[in-house]
Amino acid sequence: MNNITKTAEDSYVQEEIQVVAFRLGKEEYAVDILNVQEINRLLTITRVPRAAKHIEGVVNLRGNIIPIINLHTRFNLEAAGDQEDKRIIVFQFEDIKTGIIVDEVSEVLSLKKKDIEETGNVYNSITADLIRGIARVDDRLFLLLDILKILE
Amino acid sequence: MKMDMSQYLDVFLEESKEHLESLNQKLLELEKHSQDISVLNEIFRAAHTLKGMSSTMGFEDLADLTHHMENVLSDLKEGILEVNSQVIDMLFQCFDRLQLIIDQIESGGSGAIDNSALIALLENVKSGNVQFGVSADPAIEKPDTYTSVNAENISDETYSFEFNEYDIAVLKEAASKNFKIYYIKLAVEKNCLMKAVRAFMVFKALEEDSEIIKSIPEVQEIEEGKFDEYFALFAISSGELEDIEKRLNNISEINMQTIKEIDINTIQTEKMSAYEETPAEIKDNTTENTDQKKYHKVKQTVRVDIDRLDSLMNLVGELVMHKGRLEQIGASTKIGELNETIEQIDRISTDLQSVVMKVRMVPVEQVFNRFPRMVRDLAKDLNKEVDFLMEGKETELDRTVIDEIGDPLVHLLRNAIDHAIESPQERMRAGKSQKGTVMLRARHEGNNVYIEVEDDGAGINVKRVLEKGVDKGLITAKEAEQMNIDDAVNLLFSSGFSTALNVTDVSGRGVGLDVVKTKIESLSGEIFVDSRPGKGTRFRIKLPLTLAIIQALMISIRDEIYAIPLGSVDETTMIKNHDIKMVQNQEVIVLRGNVLPLFRLSMLLEIPGGEITNEDEMYVVVVRKAERQIGLVVDTLIGQQEIVIKSLGKILSGIPGIAGAIVAGDGYVRLIIDIATLF
Repeated sequence: MNNITKTAEDSYVQEEIQVVAFRLGKEEYAVDILNVQEINRLLTITRVPRAAKHIEGVVNLRGNIIPIINLHTRFNLEAAGDQEDKRIIVFQFEDIKTGIIVDEVSEVLSLKKKDIEETGNVYNSITADLIRGIARVDDRLFLLLDILKILE
Repeated sequence: MKMDMSQYLDVFLEESKEHLESLNQKLLELEKHSQDISVLNEIFRAAHTLKGMSSTMGFEDLADLTHHMENVLSDLKEGILEVNSQVIDMLFQCFDRLQLIIDQIESGGSGAIDNSALIALLENVKSGNVQFGVSADPAIEKPDTYTSVNAENISDETYSFEFNEYDIAVLKEAASKNFKIYYIKLAVEKNCLMKAVRAFMVFKALEEDSEIIKSIPEVQEIEEGKFDEYFALFAISSGELEDIEKRLNNISEINMQTIKEIDINTIQTEKMSAYEETPAEIKDNTTENTDQKKYHKVKQTVRVDIDRLDSLMNLVGELVMHKGRLEQIGASTKIGELNETIEQIDRISTDLQSVVMKVRMVPVEQVFNRFPRMVRDLAKDLNKEVDFLMEGKETELDRTVIDEIGDPLVHLLRNAIDHAIESPQERMRAGKSQKGTVMLRARHEGNNVYIEVEDDGAGINVKRVLEKGVDKGLITAKEAEQMNIDDAVNLLFSSGFSTALNVTDVSGRGVGLDVVKTKIESLSGEIFVDSRPGKGTRFRIKLPLTLAIIQALMISIRDEIYAIPLGSVDETTMIKNHDIKMVQNQEVIVLRGNVLPLFRLSMLLEIPGGEITNEDEMYVVVVRKAERQIGLVVDTLIGQQEIVIKSLGKILSGIPGIAGAIVAGDGYVRLIIDIATLF
């Protein structure tokens, strides 16, 4: 009995998730790679009048029309970096496809679950529920985004 | 023997729904012509079929209720019972219960519902008949005339088998391995309703130790139930004859006709002399008679998943889009050959588009058919007498529209019966016939379909509408005085409006015509109403034939390009700055004597980039919302284009003024302006 629980715990500690890390302004963020459908160069975005503020517009992704969310507006961040580096990360959840604009996609990382901390009071309350946790890798901090909440 | 019925469940559900629908329709007919024995016969037949099917599938409660219903029906048929409104009401109740059970089965339930109350009711109606309950199934006692004749024909019937060389080789090999060859002829009981199921069970029973090498008719046809009473098989088997015979006899509704072992040497490549040819006429004849009922459904159609149709539509949409792009290129390069080819492609894609469109069309009948029953129940509840007429059931509409149009129509019909049609006494007093009439009409006109709900009731009481409007704070008392009839009537469509004096179960719960209007507008349709006091009211719904590909006017404002559906555009014109006048702080223009309010599209769409600049000359698109004209100021008119509407998705749905998006020929996304909700 004991053994079994122990292995279960072990595997939890050992369990890793793969994330796509990217930058928004000067901050580093990450999303679970399983939610990511693809990463694209910046496409021409068509503004949608009367839509919510954080909706940047819509793009044509191979014939599909996909809304693009601007997290800079949502998190009140300044866009930074080269225009060349900007990317659109497209998420697919059930039948909803959405993209977010990021300033740069840096890498794909493996995070150990034990390295992910609950956000607690680190982050301000308005956006706290969009953050699943904070992961520390060496000296860098990654904010893990909860894509589901963002789509809502 | 327990077998998996799930593969027949779909068929069962579909057929039982069809039967139920025809039961409802026929009973309505019977209510009108209570002496019509042929209608009664049809009801009886449908009920009987339903009973047989449900007991085959093991839905006992369903079968039980139908059985009791059938007893009453049989008494009606014999003239023991009289067709009166009580009986008919009760039968309708039974139909509702049947519907409930079938719905339950469809959603994965077992179909077990306690029907004892209803059955008691049925017995009550039937009371006086002592034999009830013990009497055998009345339908079995009444063999249909034709079947008995056929039985004689068929009893002599034998089958001829043709073996090819391959079959012979198989048989020989089987014989060399000490397998036996059996000829088996089986009969399915005449009133067996799911012959395919029975046949399937036969195959299943043989599977253990035998292999079927030949059958008449073909195995596939047997599996689909396409045979008369008999079918015959050749099987090689390791089992004993008695054993197989026993197994097959255990299957209910299957009767063993012949089973015998065949000597391989008697089989010839040609025909087997022992099994002569069947006279063709007889066979055809029987097929026609016994299976007429089953076969008439087998039309030359293919069932296609709706998703596939949608993706086909999408592909055609993209083709049309790229054709547009090609046309642009052709126009700029002026290469003769290219342009000829483009013209060809244009023609083909137009045809293709219309074919795909037609595939998606469904007759409104689908929606209309459930109304007669509803109207009847409603009229009865409200003690009103209503004649319900339907016209143009065959009018076709896009599937997406059909799915959505039901609820608004239910609403309008309820309104007509509850509010518009007066009670018989009132009608008499007003000098009208006691019976009110409600008409439901559908017709095709140009690129639109019109659906009308018309009644000959009291008409809309404009005074009461205005009072109510003031009451509800929709208008001020002063406005009410100045309002013309049309505007007053349109108040009905404002939210939170309901004129019924007392709130009934039927209508008048505050969710009223505004919901209808919103729904119709979401389908890119429009709704109009005209009413004459004392004479009646007519609601007219105008719907586009299809929502997928439409003609649109492309316009631009600053850097942005938008599409306005051509259906809402009346004309385009150019005005001078000094043509704009102000009325009550609203810009207006006078166009051929009409005063139109003027709106800046750049303001309505919050287009960034500065304040309104009054150019000396401006383009104005005159659009129509309901029956009113409105001018929209735009920067440039780009031209007319065929566009393929795409949805903006869940996240962006419901933005007022935006109907959807298109992918333009240049690959950019452009938005479609929805005139109905723009202002």
